Amino acid sequence: MIWLGIDTSHTPLAVSIVKDDQVLAEYKSSLKITHSIGAMPAIEELLKKAEIEPHEIDAIAVAKGPGSYTGVRIGVTIGKTLAWTLNIPIVSVSSLQVLAGNAPYFPGIVCSIMDARRSNVFAGVYENGQVVKESHMSLVDLLKMLDESGNPVLFVGMDVKIHWEQIKEVLRDKVHQANAAFSLPSAAVLIELAKEQKATEAHTTVPKYLRVTEAEANWMKEQKKNGHE
Amino acid sequence: MKKDQYILGIETSCDETAASIVKNGHEIISNVVSSQIESHKRFGGVVPEVASRHHVEQITIVIEEALNQANMTPKDLDAVAVTEGPGLVGALLIGINAAKAFAFANGLPLVGVHHIAGHIYANALVQPMEFPLLALVVSGGHTELVLMKEDGQFELIGETRDDAAGEAYDKVARVLNLPYPGGPHIDRLANESDGAVPFPRAWLEEGSYDFSFSGLKSAVINYQHNAEQRGEEINPNHLAAGFQQSVIEVLTTKTLRAAREFNVKQVIAAGGVAANKGLRKVLEETFEKENIPFYVPPISLCTDNAAMIAAAGNSKFSAGKTGDMSMNGRPGLELNSWN
Ligand SMILES: [Zn+2]
Repeated sequence: MIWLGIDTSHTPLAVSIVKDDQVLAEYKSSLKITHSIGAMPAIEELLKKAEIEPHEIDAIAVAKGPGSYTGVRIGVTIGKTLAWTLNIPIVSVSSLQVLAGNAPYFPGIVCSIMDARRSNVFAGVYENGQVVKESHMSLVDLLKMLDESGNPVLFVGMDVKIHWEQIKEVLRDKVHQANAAFSLPSAAVLIELAKEQKATEAHTTVPKYLRVTEAEANWMKEQKKNGHE
Repeated sequence: MKKDQYILGIETSCDETAASIVKNGHEIISNVVSSQIESHKRFGGVVPEVASRHHVEQITIVIEEALNQANMTPKDLDAVAVTEGPGLVGALLIGINAAKAFAFANGLPLVGVHHIAGHIYANALVQPMEFPLLALVVSGGHTELVLMKEDGQFELIGETRDDAAGEAYDKVARVLNLPYPGGPHIDRLANESDGAVPFPRAWLEEGSYDFSFSGLKSAVINYQHNAEQRGEEINPNHLAAGFQQSVIEVLTTKTLRAAREFNVKQVIAAGGVAANKGLRKVLEETFEKENIPFYVPPISLCTDNAAMIAAAGNSKFSAGKTGDMSMNGRPGLELNSWN
């Protein structure tokens, strides 16, 4: 059973090939290279090195978001197109869960975040491997929620350092920061998580943005104001 | 005998998700277009992020439909052609990454196509192109005169310095409170009109093949504004007719002058605004009098579609110009020759 995993949901690029229970090859970077330029060449190169032909792939795992809208779409588009044309299953996994998957043995809450600008974050909160919350929220609200739980918290993600001061101020000695080696998503982790989840149909596999577009938000507000819901 | 060449075209540069299979650059085997226009209507225009979201939902469905309608499998194809630019970058990226993944999985060559080259080659799907050829490309994003001395060669001899013709149409439609997209409504109002407001023509400096429509747009807005201040009702038919006449006269006059100067064998119109009935009629009459063959593709091939991308891709692929897995969306891509 050969899995190809792809995560382009944020600045980092992660690609991995897992055969049965062995990671054959993995690519991981946080270089600011557009995913449209970097992702397919990385997939092509890894498969070539592993001497695997595209039609030998048995399943695709893809990070479905949240993250950068364009980034998420590139990975999902590549993933669903490969799955559809190769006629193989695709499993899409939350990008926040992939990040949190870097810290499976932490006794407490694992919180993965991606910066979403204007003091907001995409945040995933996990306890004992279970999803507690995955949402787009203000950092203030997130920290309040974590503080009230009283449990130790491990923060994961390359954007943690942007907000670390504020995080530390609220959570104090209850909070830890995953080190650099665990800050980037791993597509091997993505594949391991995908093995536990249900496959979707390639055509209906779409990103999970966790946010409506600004235009749609405004439009819905208008509709409400005008009285037709 | 040369083997038949089948190209899969993919187009996602704006608000249509499209895929098509074209044989030998001129025969449409299948042509699928999924339009998002209903979704964008509520916003009064195309919202890029919404467009990108729709593309990712539709892309594999549309490609599959193109294969199914053609009764073909990827093995029957010779190459995949995709719009590389210009266009909305987020939208372009969906078609490009789907095209790359599809080409990679099936071991097919990949060809990046310029959107305007696509619009021009839409004509190859109707009748053989003969060179030298002059193309008037008019759409929401473009107003260009392109001279082609040979297949795969492009020379930009004139372009808009401000608004594209289609953009001016949309803005004037807003002045008249017409629903989006406004172009067809203005065309209809103008064709039903019994008079026309005299608006200026922007000829620019002598000999120039460039265009400018922002002055005309301002004149229309001022006209409406002044009428409002005087408490007068404007006649929308007269306003639409006056605007459309100004646009058509400038486009036709410059196209005719270029056709004469470069002694072309064919004049073609391309792009969404080429679907405009008023413009088609005047161009047809003008070139009939001039005795130069004039063609404009049927409306379904004037608006964005993937058959035109496959047709242009066929020519570029035949010239040996292929891309690789690092192909990126290029919103400001220039129209370069491939021959
Ligand atoms: Zn177009």
